[in-house]
Amino acid sequence: MSSGTAQRQGKLPSMLDLGISRIGMELTIYRRVPEQVVFGFAYPLIMLAIFGSVFPGTIPHTDVRYQQYYAASLTATGMMTVGFQSVAIGIALDRDNNIIKRLRGMPMPPMAYFVGKIGSVLVQGVAQTALMIAVAALFFHLHVPSDPWHWFTLVWVFLLGLATCAVLGVAVGGVLRNGRSASAVVVTPLIVLQFISGVFFPVTQLPRFLLDIGAVFPLKWLCQGIRSAFLPDDFKTLEPAGSWEHPMTLIVLAAWLIGALALSVRTFGWRGQDEH
Amino acid sequence: MPARQDRVNHGRLSPRSAKLVGVTDIDSARAAEPAILVRGLAKRYQDVTAVDGLDLEVRTGETFALLGPNGAGKTTTTEILEGYRPADAGEIRVLGEDPATADRRWRARIGIVMQESRDIYELTVDELLRHFAGYFPAPRPVDEVIELVGLGEKRGSRMTRLSGGQRRRMDVALAIIGRPELLFLDEPTTGFDPSARRQFWELIHQLKAAGTTILLTTHYLEEAERLADRVAVVAKGRVVALGTPAELGGRDRALVRVGWTDPDEGERTETTAAPTKLVVELAARYGGEVPGLRVQPPTLEDIYLELTREGDGA
Repeated sequence: MSSGTAQRQGKLPSMLDLGISRIGMELTIYRRVPEQVVFGFAYPLIMLAIFGSVFPGTIPHTDVRYQQYYAASLTATGMMTVGFQSVAIGIALDRDNNIIKRLRGMPMPPMAYFVGKIGSVLVQGVAQTALMIAVAALFFHLHVPSDPWHWFTLVWVFLLGLATCAVLGVAVGGVLRNGRSASAVVVTPLIVLQFISGVFFPVTQLPRFLLDIGAVFPLKWLCQGIRSAFLPDDFKTLEPAGSWEHPMTLIVLAAWLIGALALSVRTFGWRGQDEH
Repeated sequence: MPARQDRVNHGRLSPRSAKLVGVTDIDSARAAEPAILVRGLAKRYQDVTAVDGLDLEVRTGETFALLGPNGAGKTTTTEILEGYRPADAGEIRVLGEDPATADRRWRARIGIVMQESRDIYELTVDELLRHFAGYFPAPRPVDEVIELVGLGEKRGSRMTRLSGGQRRRMDVALAIIGRPELLFLDEPTTGFDPSARRQFWELIHQLKAAGTTILLTTHYLEEAERLADRVAVVAKGRVVALGTPAELGGRDRALVRVGWTDPDEGERTETTAAPTKLVVELAARYGGEVPGLRVQPPTLEDIYLELTREGDGA
């Protein structure tokens, strides 16, 4: 029983080692699926190119260009697609393809799987947001913040927002029982949400009741938070509440994060469909 | 993961040399204890009883086959032993632990080839094995595993470009990368062509020679006969027969069918407990050579069909 002896002596790799190894693997797989890169990663850039070209002027009664507005809001949308959409669909597909079942048969702590998913999303999110800001600053008149306060706002909204989206993705991906229908279930509500959260239509042009519905969901707060980092300070008077509402943004995003965490812990099905 | 490769030499001793080098108390205790011990296992799904008081003992180092019709409870039993499903009742020890509560260290000692795997990865054979090797404290070297499963020419190919048979060999590769003491194979060769099946059997023989305990579930009786030291036939969630492939269900004592072609009467067959006597008589009758002589002991299939006949309605 040489193998048994060796394994008692050998040390099992730590959860963090395995989590980091899984981040690397998830990113490698991600890079190799061109449709994911084009439709997931490049989605906000494509939308920015379209909206930025269709609306070259300024938003009425302001000095803010539509291009600046869309650049900020679409950066937030990108975080939602990278964080929420790709995690939820990815987990549903992992379950469909028996990948989750295989992992359960391996000496892997479950947390390493989530570290892999969320870590790879963080890397994608940083890359996508940096690219968005660079392209928007070069071609669409976006002003990159010059003072630490605005950078601070950008960083906390980005980190909290992306974490909320990713954990929400884990919660929804854990409930979905079918990878093939996952795209429809996840993508369609997200498109509706983009209409009522001030992504496609500026908040100044949306009816009050739609804004109120949008305010229940995290995307509206994510957009508003990112706008507060990039748009001139006077723009806040045109926001639904007449201010940037940073405390409220923090509360709503944190509430969704905690709710999604609780839901993930309760509903995540490691066994998949094999419990008859 | 490369950092972990330096530990792999720990377990390279063959089982035989390990015994010569000196066996620890724990090792001798383990050798005495069966790899799998199951008493009175039961599992129900709503109103269907999948496993109904099943007993099983698999000795360390042995290759043990579970045979039985679809729905007999083979996969449910296997998945309970692998720790995928909880049992409703029964006493279960796998490598000395209860799979339902076993930890990562226990998981590192078993290898699983699932009945159905659909992993589709945009990773190469080499990359995927290197990744999963990093999960284990003392993995087999990746090159050795690739060689063992015969995927040398495909090591740089992505999983999405492998044939069905190659994918199945990759399943085995992933199951043995951690150098398991106990390997579960659930219908490993379903859908293989005859030559792929033979290559696969050769691989299992090599793992067996290296001291791996194997629990094999299969529909193919020839496979059980070629690979298994002992066979259990499962029907309606219970073991209905247990033995070596040669003696299962009284096969060694069963009647033998002797057939020949009579010049006048045509095809003749007779079943007898004394085939040698009959052949000698026939030789005398035909004056030496018996025309078209065939002596057929019951096949494992005959015995199996006999044993599982009552289970057909299930």
